[in-house]
Amino acid sequence: MLSVMKKFVNKVFRNLFRKKSVLKIGLYGPPNGGKTTLANRICMDWLGEEMGVASPIEHETREVQVKEQINIKSGNREISFSLVDTPGIATKIDYENFVRKGLSEDEAKQRAKEATKGVIDAIKWLDNMDVVIVVLDATRDPYSQVNITIIGNLAARDIPVLIVGNKVDIRKADVKKIKAAFPQYDVLGISAKKGTSIEEFYEALFVLAG
Amino acid sequence: MSLTLQFIPYQEIENLSSLGRIRKLLNIVKEKKIVLLEGRLKKEEEAELIKTTMEEINQDFKGIELAVIYPGTQNLDFVRKLRVQFINALLGDRQGLTIVGPASIIKEIKKDPNRIQLLTLEPSKRQSGKKR
Ligand SMILES: Nc1nc2c(ncn2[C@@H]2O[C@H](COP(=O)(O)OP(=O)(O)OP(=O)(O)O)[C@@H](O)[C@H]2O)c(=O)[nH]1
Ligand SMILES: [Mg+2]
Repeated sequence: MLSVMKKFVNKVFRNLFRKKSVLKIGLYGPPNGGKTTLANRICMDWLGEEMGVASPIEHETREVQVKEQINIKSGNREISFSLVDTPGIATKIDYENFVRKGLSEDEAKQRAKEATKGVIDAIKWLDNMDVVIVVLDATRDPYSQVNITIIGNLAARDIPVLIVGNKVDIRKADVKKIKAAFPQYDVLGISAKKGTSIEEFYEALFVLAG
Repeated sequence: MSLTLQFIPYQEIENLSSLGRIRKLLNIVKEKKIVLLEGRLKKEEEAELIKTTMEEINQDFKGIELAVIYPGTQNLDFVRKLRVQFINALLGDRQGLTIVGPASIIKEIKKDPNRIQLLTLEPSKRQSGKKR
């Protein structure tokens, strides 16, 4: 009962402040999906500068990154928001995977330690988000529990979600499979790296956040 | 090689706090056993389980693999859909099955709507964490 009340009060408060404070759009997903690559594309398109470092090694982003004051325009529509790039969320982290990718034992252990903190931060930040783009690697199995847990937690918090199936430039990408896994959601196939369907992506942002 | 599966009926967690539920699951997983929990955690508890797992990762404990199976209604006709939705509403979180295992043993849980596969690590690889 108490928790229901708390939820209600939280929601009222959030809605009160949502109008006034800046819109926060979060990028969430498992490691290596392309969150930072997409963040960089958005920032290059509208600010002319990059936001963070992308890497083929998982858990490259280990701290929540915020880019303030991004304005995107299309015709007479305009939205302005802060973009939040988060560390990839995982249920396990094994430093030996980083050793296998060529890091030294010490570097790998340090990266693993920072990565665990990053996951915790990403989850904590969920409550601050107004809109979330879930970035999934379309070449991978969409039914993983991390994906379901992230999307389920956003739904439980009533946060609007757009699912992006990224890396459609790779042949084995399968956006249909993501749609089948999350039939109640808007799913858009893009390539953050090549820029494929990026205009459609901005259109979807207007619909979601405008 | 052998795997131990431990079944937890829903009534064993029903009256526990969120913290208590997470503790119970993680304690079993840390004994290198796989938990089969009747029913599901709440969405927020799933996120909390991941957070707590991250706090406790160390040389011996590499994290968890997690899967929740829940009767979906996607491919059902209207009447059967209603029936499943009715049962889901009646049973709430008691419905479904949650699998949690140590990442040192389970590499991946593949879950298509109609099939669950536990992919295990070869025993040789499992040792590697301990040698150091
Ligand atoms: N082929 C292809 N590769 C991509 C695309 N987007 C990202 N990548 C690559 O995927 C890898 C991971 O990209 P990141 O942007 O670092 O992924 P992330 O989601 O930020 O990962 P974490 O920070 O570790 O959670 C990098 O090697 C990128 O170059 C894409 O659209 N196509
Ligand atoms: Mg990143």
